[in-house]
Amino acid sequence: MTDTPPRLGLRGISKRFPGVLANDDVSFDVAPGEIHALLGENGAGKSTLVKMIYGIMQPDAGTIAWNGQQVTIANPKAARKLGIGMVFQHFSLFEALTVLENIALGMDAKIPQRELEGKIREVMTRYGLKLEPSRQVSTLSVGERQRIEIVRALLLNPTLLIMDEPTSVLTPQEVEQLFVVLRQLAKDGCSILYISHKLHEIKALCDTATILRGGKLVDTCDPKVETSRSMAEKMIGGNLKTIQKPADRAFGKERFVVNELSMAGAGHFGVALKDISFSVRAGEIFGIAGVAGNGQTALLLALSGEETTHDAQAITIDGEPLGQLNAKARRLKGLASVPEERNGHASVPDFTLSDNSVLTGRDRLGLSVSGFLRPRAARKYTGEVIDAFAVKATGSEAMAGSLSGGNLQKYIMGREILQKPGVLVVGQPTWGVDAGAAAAIHQALVDLAAAGSAIVVISQDLDELLSLCDTLAVINEGRLSKPMKVSEADIEEIGLLMGGIHGDAEATRQAEEVHHHAA
Amino acid sequence: MSIEVLILTIITIVGISTPILLAGLGELVVEKAGVLNLGVEGMMLIGAIAGFATTVITGSPWLGMIGAAAAGALAALLFGFLVLALNSNQVATGLALTIFGTGLSSLIGLSFQGRIVAPFGSIFPPALSRDPFLKVLFGYSPIVYFALIMVVLVTWFLKSTRGGLILRAVGENDLSAHSIGYSVVGVRYAAIAFGGAMAGIGGAYFSLVITPMWAERMTAGRGWIALALVVFASWRAPRLLVGAYFFGLLMWLELYAKGGGLNGLPIIPAIPSQFWAAMPYLMTVVVLALISVRDRAGSNAPACLGKPFLTSN
Amino acid sequence: MRLKLEKRPEPSRLMVVATPIASVLLTMLIGVVVFDAIGINGQKAVVDIFLTPLLASYKWQDVATKAAPLIIIALGLSIGNRANVWNIGAEGQYVIGSLCAAGVGIAAGGGGGGLIITAMILSGVVGGAAWAAIPAVLRTRFSVNEILSSLMLTYVALQVLGYLVGGPWKDPNGRNFPATAPLTAEQSLPILFPGTTVHLGIAIALVLPFVFWLVTARSVFGFQIRVVGSAPHAARHGGFDSKQTIWLAMLIGGGMAGLAGALEFTGALKAINLGFPSGYGFTAIIVSFLGRLHPIGCLIAGIVLAVTYVGGQVAQTTVHIPNATAGIFQAMMLFFILASDILVRYRVRIVRNPKNAPAPAAGE
Repeated sequence: MTDTPPRLGLRGISKRFPGVLANDDVSFDVAPGEIHALLGENGAGKSTLVKMIYGIMQPDAGTIAWNGQQVTIANPKAARKLGIGMVFQHFSLFEALTVLENIALGMDAKIPQRELEGKIREVMTRYGLKLEPSRQVSTLSVGERQRIEIVRALLLNPTLLIMDEPTSVLTPQEVEQLFVVLRQLAKDGCSILYISHKLHEIKALCDTATILRGGKLVDTCDPKVETSRSMAEKMIGGNLKTIQKPADRAFGKERFVVNELSMAGAGHFGVALKDISFSVRAGEIFGIAGVAGNGQTALLLALSGEETTHDAQAITIDGEPLGQLNAKARRLKGLASVPEERNGHASVPDFTLSDNSVLTGRDRLGLSVSGFLRPRAARKYTGEVIDAFAVKATGSEAMAGSLSGGNLQKYIMGREILQKPGVLVVGQPTWGVDAGAAAAIHQALVDLAAAGSAIVVISQDLDELLSLCDTLAVINEGRLSKPMKVSEADIEEIGLLMGGIHGDAEATRQAEEVHHHAA
Repeated sequence: MSIEVLILTIITIVGISTPILLAGLGELVVEKAGVLNLGVEGMMLIGAIAGFATTVITGSPWLGMIGAAAAGALAALLFGFLVLALNSNQVATGLALTIFGTGLSSLIGLSFQGRIVAPFGSIFPPALSRDPFLKVLFGYSPIVYFALIMVVLVTWFLKSTRGGLILRAVGENDLSAHSIGYSVVGVRYAAIAFGGAMAGIGGAYFSLVITPMWAERMTAGRGWIALALVVFASWRAPRLLVGAYFFGLLMWLELYAKGGGLNGLPIIPAIPSQFWAAMPYLMTVVVLALISVRDRAGSNAPACLGKPFLTSN
Repeated sequence: MRLKLEKRPEPSRLMVVATPIASVLLTMLIGVVVFDAIGINGQKAVVDIFLTPLLASYKWQDVATKAAPLIIIALGLSIGNRANVWNIGAEGQYVIGSLCAAGVGIAAGGGGGGLIITAMILSGVVGGAAWAAIPAVLRTRFSVNEILSSLMLTYVALQVLGYLVGGPWKDPNGRNFPATAPLTAEQSLPILFPGTTVHLGIAIALVLPFVFWLVTARSVFGFQIRVVGSAPHAARHGGFDSKQTIWLAMLIGGGMAGLAGALEFTGALKAINLGFPSGYGFTAIIVSFLGRLHPIGCLIAGIVLAVTYVGGQVAQTTVHIPNATAGIFQAMMLFFILASDILVRYRVRIVRNPKNAPAPAAGE
């Protein structure tokens, strides 16, 4: 055998969690110097798989080979010793410590501070990563934080670098910079396992793509040969059902108006909302697109009433001011909401489904009377939700935490939709949900709109928004773009908005025009 | 105030401050690792009886000190096992440890009631330790100097060593530390054992130095003051030293206001002893409020304090 | 082969009930073994501590008297613990409650009767709640950790007690002993059964758990407490205000502790001295956990711990072990219950170590 063995070889990897098979007999190879994409929807099992490669978890079955040798990767330290580096999607940084201290923590060998600082500067100049070693992490931007992670991983001279959804927090310009770094690394012989669900990135960057779906390996292919459509089909599995939406829809009066809503960001990661204005008419589905972490979470909290504002007129429903009301009071006025995080936010995992119905439906549905609960009414309503949305559960007394992600999401959406809210605000309605459930949820939203409700959908999935919504706006760094009709929307324009080129570009153009006139 | 009285006062204050300095230093390390052990009082009592018993049996107060440290650490590890291995609630487990330590020390103390050992006093020659002036520097039990050395060591460890960095990281963000590959549980076991050993020695200071005999509940609630001290010092070892002597001053004022023994001082009029006794706690509450008003990242409080460490696997 | 903990999809109801019982039995078993090992008649000690108070009818009133404050305080604390609000200053709130009752009694001069007694009890509730309001303010306004602040304030309360009973409220006929003058019969709680020490407070302690049960299991407020404790973000989503929950939890915890203090003063001890704060406020935390934060559980656990208190006194005279030894048993019970908590949420599975047996794996 003259072939060089693959740097990483997975054979028959399986991992089971209670109630779910996260990885089912997964096998593939990563060659030296190869940029290998791991493609799949949220919940396809990508994260679990890399956690086993990086030694955070152990597979229940299967083997891992490293440069042809079978190995057991007991912990991340062992992984790094082999030459495996990892950059996490959610950075594992220590807020109260400095950049240097954070990097030092990631080093297994004890290196004197000055020597470490020298090495850091060397890596930074070689790959063009700018950082100030003595800064406290809590003062850094998200992009800078990711750079710490990359520098930390590169200091160990890895021969396999795992990147977990690295671009979800970056602007297009930062993404380009990152790709330059990664291509340089691959050229130097480092293999890269690149986890993503963004097809164009994979086509632009990767040599090979392994596609996972529902924990199973679907295909290993060459993304340069495949079309985006073919890869998407493999990733999603079968053609998506098209949403039945009356082509020509007339909207009613303005039901939900947000007027110059501003709010400070919460904590170090929080994004502040700046002068957000839009209005949604009866029957309209209004989409808000954007890269994760641009204020979507804050916007949803502000709209749902989990955060209130002093300006009562900032949010109105049928002309009634809601700004100062909390979530309970807004619900009574007809504003329902679904936050993106299902477990622990939209629902209580340790509670039964009927208790979870009480959580948001107790007032509108009369599940409580003069301070006391009506368990029978809650069970009955929950049963209706289960039937209407085909939720797979043992019944209304099943614990919410025992449901699969898709079923829980169907239950949560059903719980709100069957309350017939005048306005519904939804975050990531089909995040990590299988295609069938996603289609059902989309159809339910369209039907609710057809019945005269105003709907706001905040999603990072642009395709979802384009097929579902009537009107679309883009959120970037806490600012919302001007709304546009989806039927007239220009993909390039949306992409630019998502990358942060919006009002500023216009202002620049105007300034240039003024300049021209003056000259 | 004459110089002799001043020296006597300083010696008294240093003496009563030492147990809370030791126990507080141990608890500081535990809390920096993200664990809140409310069992300090119980570990001190266990240390007090273990130190006394070891000294009675072996005749060596040095071995007594080691015995106290070992017993304190062992009691702390019981807490550690429950909290770290079984993820039990830290508050309840810590309180149970105090009740447990109180009971256990009383039970063991049965056989040592009425026994007396020689006080574990200064090891310097009498020319230094008995000199009316020099005794302010040389007239203390070795445990006092040990406590001071430990302040320096703990400060250095937390600030300048890799171990200290890891410990702070574990207390700041346990999940991140785990994901990098540090043993959160291992670091916390070590910190908890260290905290127990220091509390044990602090307790033994009562039974070997202050009153060289055993009495039930002889630490008289100083474990709680030690807990207050850690907060008062906002989790910084050098401040803990200052805070311990300051609390010592307050405790001395309390004793003094009770009318206990020091002659030749002007009477501090009309302030009841209970006022001084309450001061350390009141001031700690004020410090807590002040810390919280400022930025949390600048407050030095460990972010994971008291929270259970839960990983998905 | 190794043991592996696997999260149960749903908490085991069997384990919720079985583990506290097992904890008590295991504690007794270990007690026998350990006492024998150190040369004390273990069987006799454990029987005296755990069984004599139950078997000897003349001890029942002692058990009831000790159980009453434990149950009442634990009920209040369970509300907070469920909502993840950690009021560990119940001892201080208990003390302030008793002092408020005493203050009203003193202000009423020699006056007595139902109205005065009611006023004394209510002032105890208000006093305890007010003392707990300090950590509540600090937590909600300045996000100060309530564990530390409520603990610190306990020791401030003890000094307030020391000051009052040694100074302004000292009994002039008390041979210079720091204690309040004993209550007159007109200012004391009525005795339910003549010739016993069973006072009205004990009846209150028996009724309250059922009231709390109704409220926690069936009311929106009880629901709120459970949601806030289990998933704070979901609670906010459901429109429950977290600050309001903290306030309610602290005030109920403090109010119940204050009530217990006032009842203990007016019903059992009749005077406040330096020994009045005997640690009920801390032991009640154990009661609350041993009772699994359930009102009826608190009732049973309060009785069990009261038995160990009374039994500890019995054992003191029979096998000559110190009173504080009961604490060892109390702590052991709590250790076991906390340790066994994991069995409620996880099941223990035996898995083959993949290192030694690479081929077949779990799930095949």
